[in-house]
Amino acid sequence: MNKICTGAEEAIRDIPDGAVLMLGGFGLCGIPENCISALVKKRVTGLTCISNNAGVDDFGIGLMLMQQQVKKMISSYVGENAEFERQLLSGELEVELIPQGTLATRCMAAGYGMPAIFTPAGVGTEVATGKETRRFNGKDYLLEYAFEADFAIVKAWKGDTMGNLIYKDTARNFNPLMAMAGKITIAEVEELVPAGELDPNMIHTPGIYVHRIFQGKDYEKRIEQRTVLSKK
Amino acid sequence: MAIDKNQIAQRIARELKDGYYVNLGIGIPTLVANYIPAGINVVLQSENGLLGMGPFPEAGKEDPDLINAGKQTITTIPGSSFFDSAMSFGMIRAGKVDLTVLGAMEVSDTGDIANWKIPGKMVKGMGGAMDLVASAKNIIVAMMHTNPKGESKLLPACSLPLTGVRCVKKVLTDLALMDITDEGFLLLERAPGVSVDEIQAKTAGRLVVRGEIPEMVFG
Repeated sequence: MNKICTGAEEAIRDIPDGAVLMLGGFGLCGIPENCISALVKKRVTGLTCISNNAGVDDFGIGLMLMQQQVKKMISSYVGENAEFERQLLSGELEVELIPQGTLATRCMAAGYGMPAIFTPAGVGTEVATGKETRRFNGKDYLLEYAFEADFAIVKAWKGDTMGNLIYKDTARNFNPLMAMAGKITIAEVEELVPAGELDPNMIHTPGIYVHRIFQGKDYEKRIEQRTVLSKK
Repeated sequence: MAIDKNQIAQRIARELKDGYYVNLGIGIPTLVANYIPAGINVVLQSENGLLGMGPFPEAGKEDPDLINAGKQTITTIPGSSFFDSAMSFGMIRAGKVDLTVLGAMEVSDTGDIANWKIPGKMVKGMGGAMDLVASAKNIIVAMMHTNPKGESKLLPACSLPLTGVRCVKKVLTDLALMDITDEGFLLLERAPGVSVDEIQAKTAGRLVVRGEIPEMVFG
């Protein structure tokens, strides 16, 4: 078993034009920076990206949007970037907006081998249009399908050579869910250690879900909204 | 006098009870954290995956891996925990979060809420709002009574695309505190110096006024 890649270029080597990708992160927190850079360099196009947000103009998925590599975004909240808005209004980019919890749970369902879930989010709104609803205990729920993604690309804090992953703080967010959901899952980690060095009790994502892993480098970890206590 | 956003936050904070798990939305609701009454312990949930959100960090101590749902740098309190986004909405869906406070563009007198989309304007998405309103067991909306054009935001039916139906339990505006009942907005309290007539005139939906309506008191 060898899951270890030398770096992002090798890890994403076979992602073709038109692939469906999941990309972990919430805002710019916990995004797979190295793989995004490699995808930008490789210039694959026609991508469908499932990711909670779409980055900002010069960072995150925004870098891929700048090169028009993305055909469709599936997200819960977008539009922190001007180029995104331009492409959306001109019709170059397709966007599907779905509730954040639905997005998370559709990833989770894929990783748990369940074809669909029922959720109350969006009942009675335009999100419910064309969807099957069912009533349980007097309350309506929408049927939402598990996602199918060719590749899931996640970022973790620590990982080992078996592919086990540990995330840090709120950089966890969608990463463990997407890690479970990809046909091929690629994990970039800040620290890659030999098997046995991570406490099995502390593992968030068991290595069975992870096909490729590498130690990332030069993390920028940009802060979107820097807020601090005001000096009294 | 209409109350300001800090007073709105102050008044909502009085709805908190010891031991509550609370999710505060972006904007005025975030300010509620500044007015948690002494002797009451509440745990703040941030839907990107944290229970036990603390205040902003001191300058120089910001951690890019530690943010809230508004993408602001924050801290944790002792006893906090992190989890993934599915578990975060799972605990909301399962009714574990006691109170959700959020802003709105419109609220109907049946408890429908619209707060995510204005037709013709750039749509940024609903984020977690639809999940929160569909599942939270107690939702308080904090907003201005009228929009910048002076039109009522408390309506017989929302005109904007809905975020959720029949879900809001209570509305606090700069003019009034109201419960949402089968009969419509039940007036509970007035902002200091604001008359029932003014509230009535600025409420397009059904407003129920029973007896003397007390003024809000601010310490």
